[in-house]
Amino acid sequence: MQLPKLLICFLLVSNEYKLVFEGDLRLLKIIICVKQALDVTQIKADPSTRQIITVDAKRKISDFDKNAIEEALRIKETQGAEVTALTVSSEDAKMILREALAMGADKAYMVSDPPFEGSDTLVTSYILAEAIKKIGEFDLILCGEASVDSYSAQVGSRLAERLEIPLVAYARKLGIEGNILTVERTLEDCYETVKAKTPALVTVTAEINTPRIPSLMAIMKASKKEIVTWTLQDLSISKEKVGKTGSAIQITEVLAPKVERKKIVIKGETAAEIAEQLAKALIKEGVVGR
Amino acid sequence: MKALSEQHKGVWVFSENKELMLELLGKGKELAENLKTELAAILLGHNVKDKADELFGYGANKVYLIDNPLLEKPLAEPYVSALTNLAKQYKPDIFLVGSTRKGKELASRTAQRLETGCVPDCTYLSIDANKRLLMGRVVYGGNAVATHFCKTRPQIATVPQRVFEKLPYKERKGEVVKFDAKLEEPKTEILNVKNIEAAKVKIEEAKVVVAGGRGLEKKEDFAILDELAKIIGGQVAYTRPLCEDRKWFTDWVGLSGHYIKPSLYVGCGISGVIQHVAGIRDSQIIVAINKDPEAPIFEIADYKIIGDLYEIIPALAEALKKHLKT
Repeated sequence: MQLPKLLICFLLVSNEYKLVFEGDLRLLKIIICVKQALDVTQIKADPSTRQIITVDAKRKISDFDKNAIEEALRIKETQGAEVTALTVSSEDAKMILREALAMGADKAYMVSDPPFEGSDTLVTSYILAEAIKKIGEFDLILCGEASVDSYSAQVGSRLAERLEIPLVAYARKLGIEGNILTVERTLEDCYETVKAKTPALVTVTAEINTPRIPSLMAIMKASKKEIVTWTLQDLSISKEKVGKTGSAIQITEVLAPKVERKKIVIKGETAAEIAEQLAKALIKEGVVGR
Repeated sequence: MKALSEQHKGVWVFSENKELMLELLGKGKELAENLKTELAAILLGHNVKDKADELFGYGANKVYLIDNPLLEKPLAEPYVSALTNLAKQYKPDIFLVGSTRKGKELASRTAQRLETGCVPDCTYLSIDANKRLLMGRVVYGGNAVATHFCKTRPQIATVPQRVFEKLPYKERKGEVVKFDAKLEEPKTEILNVKNIEAAKVKIEEAKVVVAGGRGLEKKEDFAILDELAKIIGGQVAYTRPLCEDRKWFTDWVGLSGHYIKPSLYVGCGISGVIQHVAGIRDSQIIVAINKDPEAPIFEIADYKIIGDLYEIIPALAEALKKHLKT
């Protein structure tokens, strides 16, 4: 077999070239923040107490975070980049990092510690910021616009504030040239094109791309890759600063919404009269208009 | 907690969307009266002083005004630094911000700078026995409502449009407090703004769905449903018989088709067989329009209209068009 030998030679040569290049042209560094979220379609409620039962619900990578990974990989494929996935969790969240690695991320970091349970976005962004400082230099941080379970859309903004870098939220298109980002973002009634300098943080919407599904081969390879795991102590964060004690927001109750239907009959002499009453009722319910 | 409520006083509201600002004043007034404190509106911009009168008219006791050319364009850093400096100086207890996408960004960034909490998209706000703000919002993809409170001050909540009502306008006077804040230069630059029509979305993602059934006689008649959907920013959906039997369309809502959960579902000429109901049951508000008073869909409806859809739908489109113009 002559061919494989030839191939090895070529790879060695190209690796040397790469080393020479890296000396003066640094590879773009992208960090993607991912969350292990609850699969909301599997959440159940006790019909008598309306209490929410989440223990049986599957954990998965939050949908928009996959768009963030995909976007990072597209940049990597077009202009070269090192893609690092990072998650913070009170439980073992290696599964979602394996998925990110299988999709094509190069490195993975997990901050996992039980006291983190019950943390709000103030705390989550703090731990992420500390982890990112420990990881080192970066050009771009990508996050999903929000998580599918709590949907608060705050961690990205708070993280940008903590790192004192520009933020562009709700991206539907992203271009990067040198240290200039051009982002088209979706607002309620317009698309806004924004320019920012790296290092920056961008949150992405589902519109931006369709995340790839990793091959079986890639999944197997990813299972062997290293996942760097840190505790709060590794980041020199005290327990008082996280979880319920460290959080500003506390949850008093989580209940299933009441589903009793109102069954209001709308009557009137004319269609216009009925329509007027219905229009007013719907506006009052807050369900019409963007 | 006592120390907090002594240091932090007043209810503040802010939105870059005028209608939403007035709605926040409406709710803010109720909260402020409950706490026996004052209600203040935050006015940011350049040459906007004359807008204060209207804010008093809708309930504000006070208007905090920052007039600065840096606030002419809606860029985050000048706005966030304006709100942060103002809050550090005058220490509000509660701060309500309009839940537009920009508003939510401003609220969470301001909350971060003030190292406080922020609960987004609240649809329920009240004051509890400890004089704390209780903030309720929908979580888990609509499967639950979570109630929160905030340990730190100010307590920041963002509120979507049309959740609360504005007060009737009344000629009123109030105090304008001018504040000269040091503002941060923007870190981003807006290159272009392109307006969008209500973009076509997947039926599962549509917030409003107008569905038609066998009560529609011809395929062309769907034009009246399209018109209504256009006005309220919704999508049109179909029942299985229209697709399978009449072959007018290809995919339907129901047990064997799409499962939808919009904020508003309007069923037109749909009887409501169980297979269809299974696909729409979790909609937030269900409106049913049908000639037959015995139609099963009325069993799961919030608003029931027994009548001819060919008369009701165009009239409803007209009425909503009129009301939503503002």
